[in-house]
Amino acid sequence: MTSYTEDYLKQKLTEKLEATHVEVIDESDGCGGKFSALVVSPQFEGKTLIQRHRLVNSALSEELKTIHAFSQKTFTPKQWAEQPTN
Amino acid sequence: ENTVTKEDLEKLVKNNKVVVFMKGDPEQPRCGFSNAVVQILRMHGVTYDSHDVLSSDDIRQGIKDFTNWPTIPQVFINGEFVGGCDILLQMHQSGDLIEELKKVGIKS
Repeated sequence: MTSYTEDYLKQKLTEKLEATHVEVIDESDGCGGKFSALVVSPQFEGKTLIQRHRLVNSALSEELKTIHAFSQKTFTPKQWAEQPTN
Repeated sequence: ENTVTKEDLEKLVKNNKVVVFMKGDPEQPRCGFSNAVVQILRMHGVTYDSHDVLSSDDIRQGIKDFTNWPTIPQVFINGEFVGGCDILLQMHQSGDLIEELKKVGIKS
């Protein structure tokens, strides 16, 4: 089984989605099978939640064949700037 | 060859107003993501059809191909694919889920 790192996924999401901010957390204790991701990208502008998630899924289509648990949050740069915890 | 056809799945997702494909069943979810969906639907008092993908590799692969969505659980409302656990959770938090359920006559 291929395992991926936080940095690898972060780089891939940044490139594919022209993301302005990406956070990837390995929740698998290092085995590389479970991740959560937060992506901020102008490509999400005007898109529904499911369209945004499809963009992320397709950016990681190869990786998601072996990553068995993946959760994601998607924001436009404007939404991200408005996040109270940000 | 997959024995579950697209027509079979179309029938399944339209059989109830809310249909869920998950790991395990609502009484005994076998994955945290599936459990989250069960808990959210419970909070809204929704009755729904559930299908355990662990009991059938054909359904498990078939539904992924059908929706072009790589992960389980998968939630359908009114025959339309809504998304997975993250999307349902965000709809729950934003109040959109109440609206979607209202559209199909489910009061939560």
